[in-house]
Amino acid sequence: MLNLNQRDTGTFLFVIIITVLAPFVMNPFPTESAMAQFNAGYPDLMQRFVIFGIFAIGFNILFGLTGYLSFGHAAFLGVGSYAAVWMFKLLSYNIIPALVLSVIIAGIFSLFIGFLCLRRSGIYFSILTLAFAQMSFAIAYSVLSNPKFNLTNGETGLQVYADDIQLFKVENLTTPHLFGVKMNSTYELTLGAWDFQFNVGYYVSAVVMILMFYVSIRIFRSPFGLMLRAVKTNQTRLNYTGLNTRPYTLAAFVISGMYAGLAGGLLASMDPLAGAERMQWTASGEVVLMTILGGAGTLLGPVLGAGFIKYFENILSKINDNVLHAWFQYLPEWLENSLVWVLHWFTGKGWHLTLGLLFMIIVIFLPGGLMDGANRIREAIRGRKAKKNAKTPAE
Amino acid sequence: MDALLLQILNGLDKGSAYALIALGLTLIFGTLGVVNFAHGALFMIGAFCSVTLNKILNLSTVTLDATQKDFLGNPLKVKTPYVESWFGEAAGQSIIDWSVPLAIIFAIPVMLAIGVIMERGLIKHFYKRPHADQILVTFGLAIVLQEVVKAFFGANPIQTPAPDALDGVMDLGGAIGLQLSYPVWRITYFFFAMAVIGGVFAFLRFTTFGMVVRAGMADRETVGLLGINIDKKFTIMFGIAAAVAGLAGVMYTPINPPNYHWGMDFLVLSFVVVVVGGMGSLPGAVLAGFLLGILESFASTTWATTTIPGINQIIIYLVAIIILLVRPRGLMGRAGVMEE
Repeated sequence: MLNLNQRDTGTFLFVIIITVLAPFVMNPFPTESAMAQFNAGYPDLMQRFVIFGIFAIGFNILFGLTGYLSFGHAAFLGVGSYAAVWMFKLLSYNIIPALVLSVIIAGIFSLFIGFLCLRRSGIYFSILTLAFAQMSFAIAYSVLSNPKFNLTNGETGLQVYADDIQLFKVENLTTPHLFGVKMNSTYELTLGAWDFQFNVGYYVSAVVMILMFYVSIRIFRSPFGLMLRAVKTNQTRLNYTGLNTRPYTLAAFVISGMYAGLAGGLLASMDPLAGAERMQWTASGEVVLMTILGGAGTLLGPVLGAGFIKYFENILSKINDNVLHAWFQYLPEWLENSLVWVLHWFTGKGWHLTLGLLFMIIVIFLPGGLMDGANRIREAIRGRKAKKNAKTPAE
Repeated sequence: MDALLLQILNGLDKGSAYALIALGLTLIFGTLGVVNFAHGALFMIGAFCSVTLNKILNLSTVTLDATQKDFLGNPLKVKTPYVESWFGEAAGQSIIDWSVPLAIIFAIPVMLAIGVIMERGLIKHFYKRPHADQILVTFGLAIVLQEVVKAFFGANPIQTPAPDALDGVMDLGGAIGLQLSYPVWRITYFFFAMAVIGGVFAFLRFTTFGMVVRAGMADRETVGLLGINIDKKFTIMFGIAAAVAGLAGVMYTPINPPNYHWGMDFLVLSFVVVVVGGMGSLPGAVLAGFLLGILESFASTTWATTTIPGINQIIIYLVAIIILLVRPRGLMGRAGVMEE
């Protein structure tokens, strides 16, 4: 199907089914039950799953295939967001021109940065991209928000005001929409004890993500993708065969930058506000984390990683001491209190600690990420010798 | 002329901090070949050593004084720190007053221990893994350390005052007929940094231990073949690098109240410093630290910020990018070391 081999078709269909049925899949617990706080089926979170999925898929094209570890991809996400909000301010709230412009601007920006950074590799590349991203953050935060030339609106964040130009303004449409269908409109379906939410913004983002996932499969299986893998495996050897690798790595860099820009544009389409903190290097670190956690160089990994991290970010940070006490109320009091005391450090405000620990554990014990772990478990169940497949890269 | 000198002086204290952190980073990179993204966190932990000591010294017994009343009419609670009751009032107060310099003595063993534990417990297992893995695991460690500090000390900056004797402003220009008043503590910080840097260089230059370490940096394998346990020596060097970063943090607290995300803030800049100075070159790291510190202070002048708004925020990155593209090995890096 669609020029994919059987296995890729399976993966692709799996992603389509999961994303389409996400409002059901993410919402397994009845609304009134105690477990309801583990539900992720609300629009805001589901949108972030797919949008950061796009971001991570794009990052994976660079890092997973070529091995170039960029610490500055959040800059492209931020640029995409700013471009999208500017389109809202100048044209109208329709998201199509906003997305198009955010991809174009992010592409141009990443072409410029990639052209400079890709002259070095290894640690130098990481540090150069980091420096560029920090510089973009500083520029967006302070340089471009002076009263004379206010492009980013500094600390407040760029947003649409009532007196903005909006050339093709449509009355009654004061939030982002797709030809009149508002992004924030949600259809609620009540089935017994369950409430399911179907959000327009989520489905728009999901369709975009499915398309982008398809593009990434095609890139992975193309001669171009093979060339990128060759760069990762042995760049020196490629150079000795008389081949200039820079155009290939630059193309990969620009493609992943455009993915990031698209993700940024979608973020702005869901909530028309762009702030500089999206460009900070911790945000770049987050996408690295998602990709590694899911499994760099695999197709499905980055999407899984993005979902995993966004889920824990939301769910863990909601668990406070009262919730913990409610969980353990059946235990003896001393045990309840000590358990709550221990878990207190890892949940609620402390979820970053859990994230850091999780990250270390993954890098130390499971460098191939979740996908590698799943493969290992599958091998163990089948009882095959793991040795045979240990050397092949995870797919 | 006054303004010029003042800007150079202003750059020196930040430059000293950059130089010290970059020195530690380079030591670790030069000896173990590891890119340590947790180095900024070590600087931050050093700063919190000073906060901890200050808190310990301020532990007090509370007594009720019936002769004095507080504003509600209850007997006034009088706090007497333990050190005051042990050493007498005057001596106790001066101990508390000098808590930041005292924290140096407290921080050295703590930081050495943290460094050695980090190397033996975690980084040892990453020598053979790619640089990307080293970056990632130390990045994770940096998050963990930062969050642990946040859990214990909270998210707000904590004021840690300098000793009264070193807290004022000093007139530097009197002798040469210029108007130059400058905070005493910042000058102290500069001389302290110079002393630490000098100490590290002297240690590497004039001791047998330092000679072995330098030999190991040049050719680890041969030194190992000569029957020297170079791994052990490198572990100790990691501890020393951690202690250098920690000391930089301890002494920096009166300049800027420490905050849990200091580590991340300084880390990015110190990496830039290391790269500008030349990966693996110790004098390069120190030189680049001071240069970039001074450059940053010049970019913060009103003249510079009105000409190009926000130049002070981006100047360091701009310089780093230019240096990396024009002279990839950095200011003083050797040809061929990590150029790719």
